[in-house]
Amino acid sequence: MSKVGAATVLVAIVAALIGPALARSDPAAQDLARRLDGPSATHWFGLDELGRDIFARVLVGARISLLVGIVVVSISSAVGTLLGSIAVYFGGLIDEAISRTIDILLAFPGLLLAIALVAVLGPSLANVVVALSLIGWVGYARLVRGQVLRAREFEFVQAARALGAGTPRILVRHVIPTALPALTVQATLGMGGAILAEAALSFLGLGVQPPTPSWGTMLNGGRTHLLDAPHLTIFPGLAIAFLVLGFNFLGDGLRDALDPVTRRAG
Amino acid sequence: MLRFLARRLALTIPVLLGVASLVFSLIHLIPGDPAQAMLGESASPQDVAELRARLGLDRPLVEQYGRFLEGALHGDLGRSLRTNQPVATAILERLPATIELAAAAMIVAVAFAIPLGIAAAVWRGTAVDHTASTVSLLGISIPNFWLGPLLAIVFSIELGWLPVSGRGTWAHLVLPAISLGAALAAILARMTRATLLEELREHYVTAARARGASRARAVVRHAFRNSLIPVITLIGLQFGAVLTGAVITETIFAWPGIGRLLIQSIGFRDYPLVQGCILLIAVTYVGMNLLTDLLYGLVDPRIRYE
Repeated sequence: MSKVGAATVLVAIVAALIGPALARSDPAAQDLARRLDGPSATHWFGLDELGRDIFARVLVGARISLLVGIVVVSISSAVGTLLGSIAVYFGGLIDEAISRTIDILLAFPGLLLAIALVAVLGPSLANVVVALSLIGWVGYARLVRGQVLRAREFEFVQAARALGAGTPRILVRHVIPTALPALTVQATLGMGGAILAEAALSFLGLGVQPPTPSWGTMLNGGRTHLLDAPHLTIFPGLAIAFLVLGFNFLGDGLRDALDPVTRRAG
Repeated sequence: MLRFLARRLALTIPVLLGVASLVFSLIHLIPGDPAQAMLGESASPQDVAELRARLGLDRPLVEQYGRFLEGALHGDLGRSLRTNQPVATAILERLPATIELAAAAMIVAVAFAIPLGIAAAVWRGTAVDHTASTVSLLGISIPNFWLGPLLAIVFSIELGWLPVSGRGTWAHLVLPAISLGAALAAILARMTRATLLEELREHYVTAARARGASRARAVVRHAFRNSLIPVITLIGLQFGAVLTGAVITETIFAWPGIGRLLIQSIGFRDYPLVQGCILLIAVTYVGMNLLTDLLYGLVDPRIRYE
């Protein structure tokens, strides 16, 4: 499964990197006379409501989706790891403050908080990244905090302490690396989550704004043409499902591969 | 049990206070003057000043916060800027539609997920299991804002079997409920499979089989019953995801619930209504999590004494 996932993600990355250069049509070029034309040999996914090539726009959309995923996951995992470690390192009031903040943010369904934040900050790609990162770090912080608490009891960590290593060194060199497998799985699944959330916000008109071809924005544009041009809805949605499924396959596969219990059970 | 109840309730109070504080602060996160943002660039300074006074934005922050909390406790969430209707009334009018949709989605999810999860666990490693796992991952990966329109294209536009939008008869409920319940069904099926597999490895299942219980009886009467506790917990915990999903599903199918009200209010920059909708959804979510925890404590005594 993880191989299927890895291949899917790789195809999406290659498509995002070189696809727009290979596409025969300009994703912004309009041909109003042929608007809403269905798939054909020249336009594989058909044309949208302004006569733009949907295939070329889906390829550009892949760049936006992957960019959002990478930036959100990078910020969230970095901030989450830092705060999760700080919570355990300092303990006491600081741990209490970070843990309570995590509790409160987890009390919100994630996408709802993102909707609320983008609603007040204003719809844009940058604000989507800010909103998703603001809610995204929580999961990583909780994960790292738990892993660090557990790893503190390991003998090699106690040995390092006995040898005179300071807490920051123990955290960075010995403890956090033990959390890396779990972090990798969470980040892989997080990529799918971030891509889905960006598409949802853009679909609701709260994310990337037209004419930028985000998959969610394209789906939103297709809503008014469900009757006469369903291809406007089918292809961008297929792209989202394909990429998110790829990351989910990959994350699931990694989790099984990195977990000795499931690896043994097969 | 009473101690567990009191401790769990005490833990919920700071979370609720935090949720309310976050919802209160939303209006202050608006870049620039919130009143100006709500009325638009062309509003006169006098109108902006009036709105500031009406919303209490000209008062000290601590006083605004106190008033917000006091109002929220009494169910007074202000008035809609657009219709002047009390926010609580506007929300209560749409609440039944959202509850109806969420309940239907959960019924669809359970009806589909439990048999799928059981089949995957019982026929583990076979084609049935692989198909069930792939269907589950598809359910998680296919966004409901794509599934909804796809269902509408097939069942409303091509086949003409079901209405494409609105609320009224049971037929109106079918497509939104499937669209909203699909992701939950996928998560539940995976959970059912995983927990049932764990239970099937237990000695009591082997003992039941040794006593002559058929395989079906060992699975359904013994293992499945015990695997239900985490599954029921997951249903409770996923309620928040269903409510958030309802925001999108209601928008797609023009379902007159709170989710659609929220998105419409954002469009109109009707921030008191936005705050009200978000507060209600978040508080419902916290309440459902609390209820799930309490039920869990009730059915599994080990939780109580931890």
